[in-house]
Amino acid sequence: MFAQQLINALSLGSVYALFALGFTLIFGVLGVINLAHGAVFMVGAYAALQAVVLAELPIWAALVIAFIISGLVGLAIDILVLSPLRKRDAPHLIPMIATIGVAIMLNSAAQGLFGADTLRFPPGVVPDGSIEAGGLHITAVEIGIIALTIVIMVVLLLGLRRTSIGKALRAVAESPRAAALLGIDVEGLFRKTSFVAAALGGVAGVLISLYANAVYPLMGQPMLHKGIAVIILGGMGDIRGALIGGLFLGFAEVFAVAYIGSTMRDAVAFGLLFLILLVRPTGLFGKANERKA
Amino acid sequence: MRFMRSAIVALAVTTGAVSSQAAEIKVGVAAALSGLAAQYGAAIRNGFELAADEINAAGGINGDTIKLVVEDEQGRKEEAINVFKKLIFQDKVLVVFGPTLSNSASAAHPIAQASRTPVFGTSNTADGITAVGNYVFRNSVTEADVLPDTLKKIVEKEGVKKVGVLYGNDDVFTKSSYDNFVKALKDQGIAVTTTETFAKGDVDFKAQLTKIKATEPDAIVLSALLAEGGPILVQARQLGINLPIIGGNGINSPKIFELAKGASDNLWVGSPWSVSSDTDVNRNFITAYERKFGSKPDQFAAQAFDALNIVAAALKTVELSGDIAKDRIALRDALPDVTWTGATGPFKFKQAQDRSGKPAGYDADQKPIVSVTKDGVYEIVN
Repeated sequence: MFAQQLINALSLGSVYALFALGFTLIFGVLGVINLAHGAVFMVGAYAALQAVVLAELPIWAALVIAFIISGLVGLAIDILVLSPLRKRDAPHLIPMIATIGVAIMLNSAAQGLFGADTLRFPPGVVPDGSIEAGGLHITAVEIGIIALTIVIMVVLLLGLRRTSIGKALRAVAESPRAAALLGIDVEGLFRKTSFVAAALGGVAGVLISLYANAVYPLMGQPMLHKGIAVIILGGMGDIRGALIGGLFLGFAEVFAVAYIGSTMRDAVAFGLLFLILLVRPTGLFGKANERKA
Repeated sequence: MRFMRSAIVALAVTTGAVSSQAAEIKVGVAAALSGLAAQYGAAIRNGFELAADEINAAGGINGDTIKLVVEDEQGRKEEAINVFKKLIFQDKVLVVFGPTLSNSASAAHPIAQASRTPVFGTSNTADGITAVGNYVFRNSVTEADVLPDTLKKIVEKEGVKKVGVLYGNDDVFTKSSYDNFVKALKDQGIAVTTTETFAKGDVDFKAQLTKIKATEPDAIVLSALLAEGGPILVQARQLGINLPIIGGNGINSPKIFELAKGASDNLWVGSPWSVSSDTDVNRNFITAYERKFGSKPDQFAAQAFDALNIVAAALKTVELSGDIAKDRIALRDALPDVTWTGATGPFKFKQAQDRSGKPAGYDADQKPIVSVTKDGVYEIVN
């Protein structure tokens, strides 16, 4: 049972990390807690579902479509909502509240278009059964989620460290004003970040709905709550923090269920989170008074 | 402005029609049309619309037609209270059906009771719903009646001696269903190997299922709603758990075949309605529903359909005065004696008690049908 629970914890942790990556990226660069990230996550799932069901595309093509469509939604949120607020120098809580409005609009739109029913990807889109070895079971989707989470994190980390765009992003994260003075196109970077963060959220939506076999308009909401916990734990805006925070929450939940009892799951997971924040108030990778991308 | 004017004209026309002939009986439906419970609410609304169409097409009630006023209560207590106030005080409906979830019903029904308006639940199966007072009715068979029968059947057929239990502990409905399972398990001397919980919106149930599997039960008792119930079935089968799963009302819907496609076999459910129940009324109901809505009905649609017919049967025995307060009381007095054979089979009410044992509202007196899923259909277990 222990080995199986390890696999369960690893895949659940990766699910949380995958969701948190885009969420933390947007905070790191734009300094906005984007509460529409859960809705963007849902948009990705529906986009891929439509691609698979209506256009009968294979799942990899559906993932590309989800990436582009949710990326465009993220871009639209930045152009229509966040950018005007930035121009008016709105206090930092205002963009967060505005994204709640965006989330409600996206959720209602999805419900109007596709109905409130729980839907799922048709069976066979990904290999359904699980691979069994020595009494342990793991599915193709779980392997995909774990692998993709690691790949995305490595790409993001290397991108931020090694490329000129990454350097510019880190400069913006440090101080948008100083970056602008140095001739960096800050608005352009904000747009690119919004696109990429939302696109990653959309991909997470597809994978997690394949994992859970459920696509419904409010699917992003519970994930959003966990996502907030994960990025606070990892250190707001830190990419490595999102991965470690996600895995931490996954392991805490699974092992709380396995060895303490499932009624105590959230109490144990969030109790541990609280203890860590007591010791490290800025999160595992966070530094005081500094945002990292 | 033009909109305002036409609205006023429209209002004048409708009120004119009502005062001259009293030709419209307003019936309120509070259903969760959005939010997490929306898939139940949509089926419920469809059931009411189908029943209203059929009743009106067959000449209405002593010449009057039924007009449904459908409001979305979003599956939330607060909204259910708002909707009840609107239906009762503003729309002045004769009777309110709903709300969808037991949670919301406990919050909203006292408003109907206090304003002497009959309220009729079609999907509330938690305990204590009808303890609120004598204006509260329901035709949803409570799980306290259904679950013992379901368990008896599976013990008889599969020789189940010990079970693992998994339930949603943050929802009145799934929690109450769990309580009833526990009581029935105890009464029938079935051992529980472990009890695990999950919360609404969870995507991963493998930790709980792995733990249950390790305790080697003969079957799993599952109290969940569809959104979690489907994924749970799939993940259980993915972990190589091929035991019978005994479900409550929440996952008794043909949707489970879609949500848990390839993993939906061997699910045992008891319910007042089955898509496979082969009576004339039920066959006609299913055909008419499919024609109108293009999808298969579920238990919730069937119970909503029957509920409006039960109220219509009561109304046929009442002479409406046009004074809404008097008519509401007259309807309440007529309802308890109604017997009806609908999509869910023969139905009558039984008196329910409040917490101190005094007579309160009315529950359903109906025999459940136990079915097991196989290859995408419910097979009735005899």
